[in-house]
Amino acid sequence: MTKLVAKLFAISLLFIFSGAAWASPEPAADGAKFDAKGMILHHIADDYSWHLWDTKDENGQAHHVSIPLPVILYTDGNLDVFMSSEFHHGEQQVIRGDRVYKLDHGHIVDTNGKKVWDFSFTKNVASMFIASLILLLVFTGVAKAYARKPGQAPSGLQALMEPLILFIRDDVVIPNIGEKKYKTYLPYMLTLFFFIWVNNLLGLIPTGANASGNIAFTLTLAVFTLLITNISANAGYWKHIFAMPGVPWPMLIIMIPVELIGIFTKPFALMIRLFANITAGHIVILSLVSFIFLFKNVAMGAPVGFFVVAITFLELFVAALQAYIFTLLSSLFIGLAIEDHDHEHEAAHH
Amino acid sequence: MELITPGIGLIFWTSLFFLIVLLLLRKYAWKPILDSVDERSRSIEEALQSAERAKTEMSRLKAENEALLAEARAERDKMMREAKAAADKLVSEAHEKATEEGQRMIKLAQEAIQSERMAALTEVKNQVANLSLSLAEKILRNQLNSTPAQEALIKDYMNDLKVN
Repeated sequence: MTKLVAKLFAISLLFIFSGAAWASPEPAADGAKFDAKGMILHHIADDYSWHLWDTKDENGQAHHVSIPLPVILYTDGNLDVFMSSEFHHGEQQVIRGDRVYKLDHGHIVDTNGKKVWDFSFTKNVASMFIASLILLLVFTGVAKAYARKPGQAPSGLQALMEPLILFIRDDVVIPNIGEKKYKTYLPYMLTLFFFIWVNNLLGLIPTGANASGNIAFTLTLAVFTLLITNISANAGYWKHIFAMPGVPWPMLIIMIPVELIGIFTKPFALMIRLFANITAGHIVILSLVSFIFLFKNVAMGAPVGFFVVAITFLELFVAALQAYIFTLLSSLFIGLAIEDHDHEHEAAHH
Repeated sequence: MELITPGIGLIFWTSLFFLIVLLLLRKYAWKPILDSVDERSRSIEEALQSAERAKTEMSRLKAENEALLAEARAERDKMMREAKAAADKLVSEAHEKATEEGQRMIKLAQEAIQSERMAALTEVKNQVANLSLSLAEKILRNQLNSTPAQEALIKDYMNDLKVN
């Protein structure tokens, strides 16, 4: 334990120097007071380019070093595709035909006021793309390892992933969905777990995106669970919603709306939980880092660094935990929707 | 507010990536991995079962062997007992026969001795009789060389006759 704290402290000391490196350009850039809230919101929000760092040339002019990403817009029946670098970090407008696009508070709007459907390949999408590539490479590699030496003990990456896959199967999916039907849902649950987990981990890398802390990301996955739950639900599930057994019919007037809302609250909770946990973690880390700039004191680097490192370790745990909880609750909701209600009641009476 | 407003673009890309990853992993990762794991656990299960079977088979064979061994041992003991009994019987029979034969021979010998002895005795008697006769003859011849002697003898015989 002492050793661990000593290590954390050693890492924290690095923040004195890195903090100094960060601290100098930022407030000087505009001379204004450091805007912690703006910085934090900017970091957890999506972006059209992948911002890496800023440099300052000899004239004191700040330059953003970032990877431009494709902007894909659908406006008034026209599909416009261009690189985000054409905006020059919001300094210029992009004109395509009669459409004039400009960056307004991190969003692309048409100056003529037309509705812009924004399908841009943003930073979060790029991060998700990397996560997807990692997932495909890792698990097809693991599958090949099984094909290469059938019936043998796993090794390497295979040995790392097998317990996780079996954990999801044996301790998450089977207990909730049951031995008989779990095979249909297992691929979804495994993909869900690893997709969330890898995206969470990529979000923890400094300069990384915050894909899994974005409400659109969590909404999409929650909607998948909602759809699967309600499509695969059996008669018993709908009976419990529209005609709760053992409830007098006047009560049903209240119960039916409550149950109908209940269909949506479950995935809604999934959406909010993942979003809030991941975003909160990022906000905590960014807030701690902001202290260095707020106090304009290099010595703050040590305590801030200590907490940042500690919180980052916590976030590593949260990354896996939230992926697990999302998967567990998804299996639970699906399991509840497809379980055999009659048998359960019979069992309850005995 | 912007933080909790989902963007249509990200929803689209998340759905797209998630579905692609799901479909590809289902076909090229989860199915082969889970099949292999199931296959392996089945083969391990089978191996354990066959090991269990081999163990029971082994113990059965061992018990069988032991039974066979015990049977063989019993058989051997029985055979040895029988052989010993036969040998004993043979010996005792031979002994009996020998004793009998000996006694018979002794008896024969005794008989032979007896008859020899009788024969010898008879021979001796005959010899004695012959000798006595020849002696008597010699004596008689000597005594009856003279007439008086012959007369005396006749007288003697006569006396004997008279007595009778």
